[in-house]
Amino acid sequence: MIKVENLTKFYGDVKAVKSINFELNDGEIVGFLGANGAGKSTTLKVMTGFLTPTSGNVYVNDLEIQEHTLEIQKHIGYLPELNPLYSEMRVYDLLEFTGTIRNITGKAFKNSLARVVEQCGLKEVIHRMISECSKGYKQRIGLACAMIHDPNILILDEPVTGLDPNQIVEIRNLIKDLGREKLVLMSSHILQEIQATVNRIIIINKGEIVADGTNEELMSGFIGNTKLTLEIKNAEDETIKTLTEKIPSISLVDTKSHNGSQILQLEYAKDLDPREELFQYAVDSNWVVTEMSPHSVNLESVFRTLTMEDKANA
Amino acid sequence: MRNLKAVYFKEMKSYFNSPMAYIFLVIFAVITGYFFTRTFFLFNQSDMRSLFNIIPLVYLFFIPAVTMSLIAREKNLGTMEVISTLPLKDLDFVAGKFLAALSLVLAGLLVSMVHFITLTQVGTNIDYGAVFTGYLGLALAGAVYSAVGTFASSLTDNQVVAFIIGIFIVLIFFLMDKMLMFVPVALTGIIQYLSVDYHLSNISRGVIDSRNLIYFASVVGLFLFMTVRMLEIRRWK
Repeated sequence: MIKVENLTKFYGDVKAVKSINFELNDGEIVGFLGANGAGKSTTLKVMTGFLTPTSGNVYVNDLEIQEHTLEIQKHIGYLPELNPLYSEMRVYDLLEFTGTIRNITGKAFKNSLARVVEQCGLKEVIHRMISECSKGYKQRIGLACAMIHDPNILILDEPVTGLDPNQIVEIRNLIKDLGREKLVLMSSHILQEIQATVNRIIIINKGEIVADGTNEELMSGFIGNTKLTLEIKNAEDETIKTLTEKIPSISLVDTKSHNGSQILQLEYAKDLDPREELFQYAVDSNWVVTEMSPHSVNLESVFRTLTMEDKANA
Repeated sequence: MRNLKAVYFKEMKSYFNSPMAYIFLVIFAVITGYFFTRTFFLFNQSDMRSLFNIIPLVYLFFIPAVTMSLIAREKNLGTMEVISTLPLKDLDFVAGKFLAALSLVLAGLLVSMVHFITLTQVGTNIDYGAVFTGYLGLALAGAVYSAVGTFASSLTDNQVVAFIIGIFIVLIFFLMDKMLMFVPVALTGIIQYLSVDYHLSNISRGVIDSRNLIYFASVVGLFLFMTVRMLEIRRWK
């Protein structure tokens, strides 16, 4: 369990994190979402004991991090942003070194090694120099180092950057697996990634938490419009103009012509569904409908609105 | 202790997995070999004195080169973040790094012992005691310079800057007792006591005095302590 209380961090005069509060429980996979420079990494660095907070406290399993840094670090596995590794070391040596510092030696190390090699798919590179490994492997080596002691808490700063789509799916499944028993906190600035992996999202913007909740909670609390793309043929301009008069709940955002088709971008309030009326109108006006696809509000627009609003206020 | 050993072996592996250690040992052997054989053939003189005189000068450049990467590189690579979030005490980390650098320096001295073996084959009247204390003195001076270099490496994330700062501080210790004539008389005693060469020459002469040993131990301790403090300061930035 992690509790962050009024955490504030200054870099010189720059306030990177402004008095944030949140609580994370075991068995949760939490996504830490924010634009670049929002304060994600800074918060994670304080939580892992790498940086000292300017004010506020972090409690891990009810221990305060400043007083019990070494004790807390035994229970945390941390993958830093950009995944720094010793290029001149062999993968095995690095894992052995990390294991030794974590007090895993001898038979226990063999077992742990077999586990992380299996989980992270490192079998092929285990005796290679790290400098000779591909970016995807390096990322997994970093992850293996963070997991060698089977920690209760995993803190991963941008764990999937630089991976190809297959590897992303693998890592995502691994994180989901781990999250059944452990507390996993991962940060990302990629929404789709967070959305696909975690069950709770904390959005941070300019050092402040602007939203905290499950995927659904964030979206339901957000009132927006559903967008609809309508592609039609054989449409006269006149009939397109009168569309919004006939069906007032729809507003026309944009019209484009493409290969003899008209592509209309329409919008309507989230709780309405005027698609039947729209279809009827199309039949009446002799339109040939080649595509009609609604796009419901997604997390992306929630995120954009939350972070843009703040910009407008600032 | 377990952690210190882990850091030590990691560092030794990284010295010997890169050309660093080999370049150091080869050039050290070449330079010491030159200065040994020069007097050996030119003056028909078979002793270690000229060798012992030149090694402190070689130290001046070589030890900062060996130590410059110790901490500066970790900072530059970002691996310092990994290290700082492992349950590893700063002191274990610093001491492990220092001992690895010192080991490489001692390996250099070991290589130069080839000349001592030559000496035992051809020389007469060899003063074994003087050779022993000579090496002891060089090992202790090497420890001081390695500690200085470790400290210099903790000041920056740029290895070249660490190298220059290292040379600068080592040079101060090296030159101190050669500058005594410019120093007010009241201070000469202190400056002389602080200089590495003063203690080195005492030991090399064959006198192992506890005052000299305490000096070396306390300078090493001071610089390692300051290195640990530097690592702590970083957390507050």
